[in-house]
Amino acid sequence: MTDTALDVPLAVEAAVESPTARAWRRLMRRKAAIFGLFVIALFIVVALLAPLIVPYDPIRQSWSAVRRAPSWAHIFGTDDVGRDVFSRVIYGSRASLFAGVISVGIALSVGVPLGLLAGYRGGFIDALLSRITDAMLACPFIILAIALAAFLGPSLGNAMIAIGITTTPIFIRLTRGQVMSVKVEEYIEAARAVGNPRWRIAIVHILPNILPALLVQATLSIAAAIIAEAALSYLGLGQQPPYPSWGSMLNAAQRFLTSAPWMAVWPGLAIFLSVLSFNLVGDGLRDALDPRER
Amino acid sequence: MLKYIGKRLLQLIPTLFFVSVLIFSLQHLMPGDPATVMAGEEQDPVAIEQIRKQYHLDQPIVVQYVYWVKGVVSGDLGESMRNKEAVLPLILQKLPVTMQLAAMAIVIALTIGISAGVISAVKKNTVWDYAANVFALWGISTPNFWLGIMLIFLFSVQLGWLPTSGYVPLRENWQASLASTIMPAFVLGNAIAAILMRHTRSAMLQVLESDYVRTARAKGLLERRIIIKHALRNALTPVITLGALEFGTLLSGAVLTEQIFTIPGFGKLIVDSVFNRDYAVVQGVVLVTATIFIILNLLADVAYHLVNPRLRATL
Repeated sequence: MTDTALDVPLAVEAAVESPTARAWRRLMRRKAAIFGLFVIALFIVVALLAPLIVPYDPIRQSWSAVRRAPSWAHIFGTDDVGRDVFSRVIYGSRASLFAGVISVGIALSVGVPLGLLAGYRGGFIDALLSRITDAMLACPFIILAIALAAFLGPSLGNAMIAIGITTTPIFIRLTRGQVMSVKVEEYIEAARAVGNPRWRIAIVHILPNILPALLVQATLSIAAAIIAEAALSYLGLGQQPPYPSWGSMLNAAQRFLTSAPWMAVWPGLAIFLSVLSFNLVGDGLRDALDPRER
Repeated sequence: MLKYIGKRLLQLIPTLFFVSVLIFSLQHLMPGDPATVMAGEEQDPVAIEQIRKQYHLDQPIVVQYVYWVKGVVSGDLGESMRNKEAVLPLILQKLPVTMQLAAMAIVIALTIGISAGVISAVKKNTVWDYAANVFALWGISTPNFWLGIMLIFLFSVQLGWLPTSGYVPLRENWQASLASTIMPAFVLGNAIAAILMRHTRSAMLQVLESDYVRTARAKGLLERRIIIKHALRNALTPVITLGALEFGTLLSGAVLTEQIFTIPGFGKLIVDSVFNRDYAVVQGVVLVTATIFIILNLLADVAYHLVNPRLRATL
């Protein structure tokens, strides 16, 4: 008797899969998402271990090795001042990944609380925040980022702030919309009925329910932020010379397309691969977290 | 209908107000005294004082804003610090170049995006569908400045078919004009084609499941006729309206594309102004793009209501 009584709850527990485990299992069924995760992991390892991987100093110029084609000594070739392109692409991953993560971090930490406030409180605050969001979204992404970066002054840090500010309205709007649909649910009503304060309902009960949507958007936004950082660096508003960034490397490469085309291939390929990977993982997460798909 | 448009126009007022506040506050993001920064390297006290007077920087910030908005409303977006020209005519002068590029990009995007979307929906889960999806992912993930550089390398440096950069106005020589803009237009259209493809695919999949398509099939109509006349016509409505929202992507893309191909449109104008510390022009370009975007958004919304019979009834 005692044995049976113990067995039943255990069996039930084994059969119930947590939402996180289910989402992970579904994500792992998608080859494209696995590829994306693998490439992102690879880029993170490369960025972290950059000093151990690079064969040459990425900023040291060598006038005896100017614009050398790819060879065993320089597998991606050298640039217009004799720097090793491979070492620069490796170090460039730091600027790009860092910019992607930090700027989306800025957008999340400003956008989510404001979105929660607008969606949960409603009324005047909602109207005000929504109009500000509309105004920011009316300015094309890169144009606003360029203007912000220009007024703040060119540097990688300011480029991240500019991209972060430009990405923020997306998260305000998304959080607000999600909160609006979640706050009418019965369990929120119940939480309110037992006397939970508003901030507690917003953080403990609403936020966890809107996390999946935020996670998908954050992943896709990192992809957009990496492109934006590369674009700003290409224009000279991001990472400043001599420090490498994929965008600024492409700018230099364009002047030597005839004599050193390899200079343009590798940094571009690195941007493409990292952005593609974040897009693949974002798409995979969206499908894996969609409750309609079982 | 007029009531609806009126309501939408009224809603624009607060949005435009915040756009103006946002753009006005840009100049206050500058570290230090804006007048000193605007004066550049010369640091001539007389010039700094003149700038302070000209931009009313010696007045409280609210007063500065009122002066600025007054100017904007009367079409005065300030003066370019570099060549002392008025900002608005300067932007309007560059606008046709960007518009030509944008129009060509839209034609390319619609042609590629809609056909790829239709093919992938009709041939769902086949090689065609996968190929179209790969194309969409490629289009979304490729930075347009890299694609531009690679196209210049292939078609200009290697094959010598097209000029590497520069722009010939349409009125001067239309063939040379097309040759100078086809690559940038493709670069610009490519990313939007990918987005349109995804919209078209999902809209087509939805429509192909509908009752009227089933009825058309039951009547024994030719499949091609069903797809083009019955399905695509209905699927296009959301695609076109969603496509109009991509105008922002188009303008953002134009900034970089014009820079790569040295095309003197207004994308290049904003970048050049940034490096010349010509802040009034930067503000002017952001203001003009935001206003165009807001108007297009409104037109797309009204058009959507007009072509959708169910929504038309609610007007």
